[in-house]
Amino acid sequence: MSAIEVSSLEKSYGQLKAVDGISFSVRKGEVFSLLGPNGAGKTTTIEILEGLRQRDGGQVSVLAADPWKKGYQLHRKLGIIPQGFTFFPKATPREAVTYYSTLFGAKTDPDAILRKVILEDASRVYFENLSGGQKQKLGLALALVNNPELLFLDEPTTGLDPQARRNMWDVIRGLEKEGHTIMLTTHYLEEAEVLSDRVAIMNHGRIITDGTPAEIIEKHGSGERLEVRGDEKLADYVREKTGFDVAYNDGLVSVRLRDKRDAVIGLSSIDQSGLPWKDLKTRHDSLEDIFVKLVGGSIEEGGTIKKSLDKRESDSGNSN
Amino acid sequence: MASPNRVLADLKVFVRGYTRSKIGLFFSLVFPIILILLFGAIFSGGNGGPINVYVQNLDAGQVGISFNAGNAFVAALNNNSTTTVTLVDNNQNLTNYMLSHSANQGVLIPQNFTRTYLNNETVDVVVYANPADTSSPIVEQTVKGIIADFNSQGSSRMHSVGYHQLSIKSQSYKYIDFLIPGLVGFSVLTSPMFSLVNISSEYKKTKLFKQLSLTPLTKTEWLTSKVIWYVVLGIISFFLMTQVGAALFGAHLDYALMILPFLVIGPLFFVSLGMLVGMISKSVESAAVVGNLITFPMMFLSGTFFPVSLMPMYLQNIAHGLPLFYLIDGLNQVMIYSNFSQALFDLELMVALSAIAFVLAVAFFKWRED
Repeated sequence: MSAIEVSSLEKSYGQLKAVDGISFSVRKGEVFSLLGPNGAGKTTTIEILEGLRQRDGGQVSVLAADPWKKGYQLHRKLGIIPQGFTFFPKATPREAVTYYSTLFGAKTDPDAILRKVILEDASRVYFENLSGGQKQKLGLALALVNNPELLFLDEPTTGLDPQARRNMWDVIRGLEKEGHTIMLTTHYLEEAEVLSDRVAIMNHGRIITDGTPAEIIEKHGSGERLEVRGDEKLADYVREKTGFDVAYNDGLVSVRLRDKRDAVIGLSSIDQSGLPWKDLKTRHDSLEDIFVKLVGGSIEEGGTIKKSLDKRESDSGNSN
Repeated sequence: MASPNRVLADLKVFVRGYTRSKIGLFFSLVFPIILILLFGAIFSGGNGGPINVYVQNLDAGQVGISFNAGNAFVAALNNNSTTTVTLVDNNQNLTNYMLSHSANQGVLIPQNFTRTYLNNETVDVVVYANPADTSSPIVEQTVKGIIADFNSQGSSRMHSVGYHQLSIKSQSYKYIDFLIPGLVGFSVLTSPMFSLVNISSEYKKTKLFKQLSLTPLTKTEWLTSKVIWYVVLGIISFFLMTQVGAALFGAHLDYALMILPFLVIGPLFFVSLGMLVGMISKSVESAAVVGNLITFPMMFLSGTFFPVSLMPMYLQNIAHGLPLFYLIDGLNQVMIYSNFSQALFDLELMVALSAIAFVLAVAFFKWRED
């Protein structure tokens, strides 16, 4: 049984197609991530699912209801952290939880909820004085007040420092263990890989691929690779000597391996080149590698795409 | 269906934020007091007490009828908190008499006043006033109030005729009595207007409204809690101002029950108007500009600091188009002139305007986007 069903969803802002006919489903009890850079259409998609925006086309079902038409009733079953969560500056987390509890008519213990999101130490600090991570935790606490069937977390760790981000991950993992269905959006590849049961990679309003992180890597990855630090000449030498698929990017020579024997041949060739090299390792493709391959660049901290060297060169060639 | 629990919860969180920020409290409660102290000190040169009005009653009554309208009119002038009567002998020329006594306020009740009044014919009461004297508009208003009472009981044709006569200035009425209703109006206008214009545009910008839309709180409940707070704040402010005015400047204190509806309707109107301005404005900055464009002319032209009747006619016409005028005029009618029929008219107008403003505010109030 699916908690969310999306079919051919479309949304435009003037000429811009923010969401371009995407389809996916989220099963009950799983963590599902929409992964993509800024402007990919993630927030528009999640806000349509939350009933905050009206869709232009397609079908959407959230807990078997149309979120735009039945938003008011649906919100009682949902927990939501909107992007850039904020609250009344002079209210404390404890007061905020009590406030939300009354609004939802829920009998909750504010201290227990704040403990769950690891915010009990700051329960009496004004919202304006909380750190970024604490503010997001309060957002999560408020999302939990009504014991929701489904949680929407829109970029829950954006702007947080690595430690605060990992703390938040711990809290989200704890919620997953309790059986909550969670849909989150993120532009952090590691976050999607670590937290999600399934991921959909979005760019320019479309879903490029989806599945479990392992399925995506299996489907789009290039198997095991032998990697060393070296220059481009080394990459050319190994490619010429072995006939293997050798890639070079930013001081990294990467040799694709079909089997274990290729590793020995590749390493011999590197050694025979007489060129300097270091940091030998073998590894499988990560979700980040797949993302770079599919989108043509990696995502920077701020959520924008940093195009890969190959892509930049090809773009440059196209423009000439 | 509105839930009192949700309204109360929202009220609680809003009041906490409001009282903790201090700035709001300063402008709602302390600032009007400072204005009272300031203006009270500047204009505290009066000798206090009711304004002395020189009255010549030429009415001889009507044969066979015990009721004498002229005497009743004089009694009404004498038995209120703002005026006291000095009768002028009918052999005297009233104008000359007033000049010789350096008086600025006079009323002439014509011959056959009782007969024409009882026959429902038009009759004029002549008011002598000095436009340079701040007491003159008060006397005019008091006379109009008495006439309104007479008209409501019998004929509807009685009029007052203002006659402006330049004479030696004398100030016999306390400015503070006039200032307090004005500043109550000022407080009822500024606190909710500035606050709601800012809150509504700011919450829209920070998407706090969007967050609240994800809870069962409704727009009407949210707006209602704000109205309740500003009504409470308005009542506290009213008591503070009247008490300070009475204690320091000997202001006349009359806590008539009819003041209360004005202290409820006023905040309802200005909370709704502030909300409306914040909602239709595209940014926090433009909301502030529009809010100021509405608030400041209303603040100065509605009789807050000076009687509207002292202003040129074209400004008086503008003032009559401003909602705050009816709030302050209503408070003046109750607190100074005891003219409840005029106050009721002002109140009815404010109720109608507030109902329209509230409905519009809810209609334009958007939690979410299309």
